[in-house]
Amino acid sequence: MTGLRITVKGVTKEFNRRKVFENVNFEISNGHSIAITGPNGSGKSTLVRIVAKVLSPTRGEVRYYLDGVDGSDDVVRDAIGFVSPYLQLYDEFSALENVMFLNRIRLNSRRLSSADTEKILGKVNLFHRKDDLVRGFSSGMKQRLKYALSLSHSPAVLILDEPTANLDDEGIAVVRQIVREQTERGILILATNSAEEAAWCEREITLK
Amino acid sequence: MSTVAGTYGVFLKDFRSEIRTRYALNALFMFVVTAVTIILFALRGETPGPDVLSGMLWTVIFFSSMSGLARTFVSEEERGTTLTLQLITGPSIVYFGKLLFNVLLSLVLSVAISALYMLAFPGFVVKSFEMFVVTLVLGSIGLASATTIIAAIIAKASTKGTLYPVLSFPVLLPLLMTVMRATGMSLEGEPFSEALGQFQVLVAYIMVMVAGSYLLFDYVWKD
Repeated sequence: MTGLRITVKGVTKEFNRRKVFENVNFEISNGHSIAITGPNGSGKSTLVRIVAKVLSPTRGEVRYYLDGVDGSDDVVRDAIGFVSPYLQLYDEFSALENVMFLNRIRLNSRRLSSADTEKILGKVNLFHRKDDLVRGFSSGMKQRLKYALSLSHSPAVLILDEPTANLDDEGIAVVRQIVREQTERGILILATNSAEEAAWCEREITLK
Repeated sequence: MSTVAGTYGVFLKDFRSEIRTRYALNALFMFVVTAVTIILFALRGETPGPDVLSGMLWTVIFFSSMSGLARTFVSEEERGTTLTLQLITGPSIVYFGKLLFNVLLSLVLSVAISALYMLAFPGFVVKSFEMFVVTLVLGSIGLASATTIIAAIIAKASTKGTLYPVLSFPVLLPLLMTVMRATGMSLEGEPFSEALGQFQVLVAYIMVMVAGSYLLFDYVWKD
């Protein structure tokens, strides 16, 4: 998806008439990155969910253009990899099963073999725990598994909400590498409180 | 990957999850055993007529469905995996995958309760077996088709337990009246052709519920 462009126009979100943020605008295309920053409660997680199209804005619109053509919901879903503390995995399945089952459900992705899945788990240093149930994972290991899941279909857009939450130094190094690779081949959108993480991106928008 | 493969993927995920966690099965098993035992004690050896027996059968199937079939969506909401599914696949795939799983669960439930009735109640003798099987299959699919969309609606509510039977009852009333009548006819041994009208109603009910749910689900699924 080399000609991908995302436009966010006049996006406002209200919950029970309480305005979370108002009139957010930005545009981003392939090979670029943007950080969404702001204090707790400013709506960073809400905004990235709206950008990922799993939450509707109260006003405004988010559009994905592929080579200038407005993309359908299926195209958008296929383009996105999403990591967030709010994203949950299936505790009763192993790491390998989580990635394989969830990838099987994905509409437009090719079916992953066990070898492909193992390779992805190796990338986030979870290969040695691939057959263990997620129930026994620490929060940091779960976070790494979320990265494996989000990268399993080589997404054109990687959306990270609090990218290093629960991660140790080794985990943070893995995330840095993923971020580097993503900015070379696609779009990176990152929501964070940390100035250091925001500096990984070219641009920054701050919610109040 | 096709819609069919994705739908099968959701079904398979739910099936394996259920086998491992027994999230719905344990609740259903306990409910069925308790309900049948209470009815058994209440009857004290009396043998009710076919209409009463068919009513008793579908009462237990209805209430056990209420305790089990909602879990397919409620468990996703409680575990926080709804967002995961929303991100990776389309609403129609989730709907049909969950429907397929509920149809299987409902069929297993209906067959198990019927078998238990045959063992526990000497008066529960099926004289027209084909009619009984078709009624059970269509009734189970009908139950699953209605309860799946209602489960999706109530999964986001805070009063799930109360709301589910309250919303389901009026929607399921036409189905329950039809299956009770058809079951009664099968216990009385009436010819298969006599129940064709009932089966047409059941097929129409299933088609309307599935088509309506498919159109509605997109709005229910997205926050």
